[in-house]
Amino acid sequence: MSFSTMLYTMGEGMLRTCAIFILTILFSLPLGLVIMFLRRSRFFIVRTITKFYIAVMRGTPLMLQLLMWYFGPYYLFGMNIRGYRFAAIIIGFSMNYAAYFAEIYRGGMETIPQGQYEAAEVLGYGKAQTFFKIILPQVVKAILPSVTNEIITLVKDTSLAFTLAYNEMFSLAKQIAASQTSFVPFVVAGVFYFVANYAVAFTMEFIEKKFDYYK
Amino acid sequence: MILEMSGIQKSFGGLEVLKDISLEVDSGEVVSVIGPSGSGKSTLLRCATFLETIDAGEIRYMGKPAAATGSQGKAVYVSHSELNEVKRYFGLVFQQFNLFPHFSVLRNIMDAPVFVQKRPKEEVHAEAMELLRKMNLENRADAYPCQLSGGQQQRVAIARALALKPSILFFDEPTSALDPELTGEVLKVIRQLAEEKMTMVVVTHEMPFARAVSNRVIFMDRGVIVEQGDPEEVFGNPKQERTVQFLRNYQR
Repeated sequence: MSFSTMLYTMGEGMLRTCAIFILTILFSLPLGLVIMFLRRSRFFIVRTITKFYIAVMRGTPLMLQLLMWYFGPYYLFGMNIRGYRFAAIIIGFSMNYAAYFAEIYRGGMETIPQGQYEAAEVLGYGKAQTFFKIILPQVVKAILPSVTNEIITLVKDTSLAFTLAYNEMFSLAKQIAASQTSFVPFVVAGVFYFVANYAVAFTMEFIEKKFDYYK
Repeated sequence: MILEMSGIQKSFGGLEVLKDISLEVDSGEVVSVIGPSGSGKSTLLRCATFLETIDAGEIRYMGKPAAATGSQGKAVYVSHSELNEVKRYFGLVFQQFNLFPHFSVLRNIMDAPVFVQKRPKEEVHAEAMELLRKMNLENRADAYPCQLSGGQQQRVAIARALALKPSILFFDEPTSALDPELTGEVLKVIRQLAEEKMTMVVVTHEMPFARAVSNRVIFMDRGVIVEQGDPEEVFGNPKQERTVQFLRNYQR
């Protein structure tokens, strides 16, 4: 197999890897916000359930969670899981990362002084206005470094999709390495992850700079 | 009467912080509230601005009820929308300024009038610039709060409160977070507002200021109003032993 053929084959895998990454970010970032609100709910039962959810998401391997999301519906409801593979991967990743993001958001919320809420209230802002206009922008600034960490982890975690026999980049790299008895696919995979994460770090640093105009 | 509070009671977990307090403020009056820490003066202000809910008593602004004691002896507040109406009558300046750090000075002042009161932007902008001139900060309109001194931040906070055109302005220890030099510039602004007949209630530890600027001084201790009246009377010739004691500590 020529190097270019190999690159071409792995390139398709990279696209799938990117799809997992982008869709997971797209779903988990807002879902994390919802989970954070449930986690801070004034209803004890809602808080407790959410806490338990987060504990399970953080306390069990993502690989196991992916298997559960994929095979669970079949064993529990006899659902036909043909064609469901990719959806299961996205659900698994999103549900897991949302739990982590929720905790990061929660940490960010705690950094906002009570006075900000009180000032907003006295000035007549409604609850939603206060959150989206006054609180959230400050939370985002506070949590950017932790979010960057989490996103970088996600780039590398996409390789876990191999558990469900999904041909993302790393799965292909392993297949080619085995069939061609070559070390090169692993080098290519390593370079890919490194470059992708370099781009993530660069982008996040750019966004952080955008928030540098105030302390 | 701009503000009428009567029979206000407030407890925090069994500790009675306000015991049957009544306070009336007339248009143009400047009222100073003094007293030791824990006397309930800040809580009184927070109750007046609905940051704390009262347990019992009555609050009215411009004759409109905001809360009244219900049939069970507990305070009952008017509906959310009615309360929002009443909120327009007052402004509050905090000890810690509480400016929005991610907004410029100008945006801090303009945002609520434009987005909460839905007033035209041009009109609000002109008023905001006028307020900044008054606060001696017209060249800092584009600065961010973190670039300002504490005294400047507090003056922006005053401008922000004034931009909503309140009928009465509350100050919760407005200079307690400032060093003496910066305290002066903030007190000067409040004094200027007093001269323009702005109705104000100021919780303060600045005795000379309270004496010079206010029409009435209220001395609070342990959740009750111990003494109140003309500043010259309260400071020069206090009637209550507790007042004498408190003021003596200050003159040292």
